[in-house]
Amino acid sequence: MNSSSSLIYIIVFSILINNVVLSQFLGICPFLGVSNKVATAAGMGGAVIFVITIASAVAAVIYHFVLLPFNLDYLNTIVFILVIAALVQLVEMFLKKSSPGLYKALGVYLPLITTNCAVLGVVLLNVQNGFNFVQSVVNGFATACGFALSLVIMAGLREKMEYNDIAKPVKGMPFTMFTASLMAIAFCGFAGLK
Amino acid sequence: MKPNTPIERLFNGIVKENPTLVIILGMCPTLAVTTSAMNGIGMGLSTTAVLAMANLFISLLRKIIPDEVRIPAFIVVIASFVTMVDMLMEAYTPALYEQLGIYIPLIVVNCIIFGRAEAYASKNGPVASLFDGIGMGLGFTISITIIGFIRELIGSGAVFGHPIGSLPDYMPSIFVMAPGAFMVLATMIVVRANIINHIEAKRGTRLPVEHTDEPGAQCSGCAFVGSCAGKFQKYEAEFKKEGENK
Repeated sequence: MNSSSSLIYIIVFSILINNVVLSQFLGICPFLGVSNKVATAAGMGGAVIFVITIASAVAAVIYHFVLLPFNLDYLNTIVFILVIAALVQLVEMFLKKSSPGLYKALGVYLPLITTNCAVLGVVLLNVQNGFNFVQSVVNGFATACGFALSLVIMAGLREKMEYNDIAKPVKGMPFTMFTASLMAIAFCGFAGLK
Repeated sequence: MKPNTPIERLFNGIVKENPTLVIILGMCPTLAVTTSAMNGIGMGLSTTAVLAMANLFISLLRKIIPDEVRIPAFIVVIASFVTMVDMLMEAYTPALYEQLGIYIPLIVVNCIIFGRAEAYASKNGPVASLFDGIGMGLGFTISITIIGFIRELIGSGAVFGHPIGSLPDYMPSIFVMAPGAFMVLATMIVVRANIINHIEAKRGTRLPVEHTDEPGAQCSGCAFVGSCAGKFQKYEAEFKKEGENK
């Protein structure tokens, strides 16, 4: 397998080996904040998959056809964050008009995604790794799937542990972080797949 | 202490409302770059520079920026300073730049900066805002340096990059890997919560600043300004109302 550039390698790498939350620490805020219930977590995961995939595609087009030809690639960060912010708004409006069903399922989560560092992180990583359009989209999709996976697992664990008797200072945020720590140890095992 | 004086702002940022340990903001860089104390200092100081400059400029522009477009305006100001810091670091501290990598451009989405712009700089004068930024930034720097110091010491048996004797051979390297980050931070929050509980029990009152899980409560100052549970519940309520109206 021609490593780092083959699409299958990118998918396995982004979902399992280099999980966006558990080994790159991007998108920690929603990971800790919106993981109370499995249904909510799945909704958030779906919205993130949707937005990151579209954002990767749009950012790849802008980077290859606007920023590079005009030697403006030092403006990366500013352009990408604005594109993402505008894109989330657009997606929201578009979904509201065109597919109310999907909007009903994902709409609540969309405003939260603009400031999710996973979106900007993936887009910047695509550029740093020198991915082309197809690789960027696949990497975006796979990374977002990794995010959704860890979010849903976390929510499942937290639902089970909700009524456990936990010492008061550890309850809440620290306990969630200890759980995340154990999940990260489990995901470390996937490093062997490399 | 008089409110909004430079010294009060510094004290507030470093001790009273320490962004990492008290209001749990900016988790991504806190967890990601704290594999060594040096990284912590580098990340902390670059964030401080952005925070101070962005606070100053947003405060100067606060009467010009219309309220409706303030969020995109803040984003542009913050992103410009991040780009400057990014280029300066690439030129003058290439080794550190290599280490911190993608987390430097990601300072843009660090919720501390956005939180301070929204909660403080857009409502107060430039001098107080500048010192608020410096105070918050130093508070962030100090706490992530401590986390980095602990992880480096336990994980690789070194202090600021200098290995202690043959200690590195016996240390559990899991502490400089991903799981250690969560573990050390969780332990620090537990210790802090214990101290706070102790003080509260002694005084018989609740301390003014505290992270809250209650829906919508003190959102601007609280943990997940970017994407928190409280804000989420607010959105959910609005969303439901909108659905019923149809």
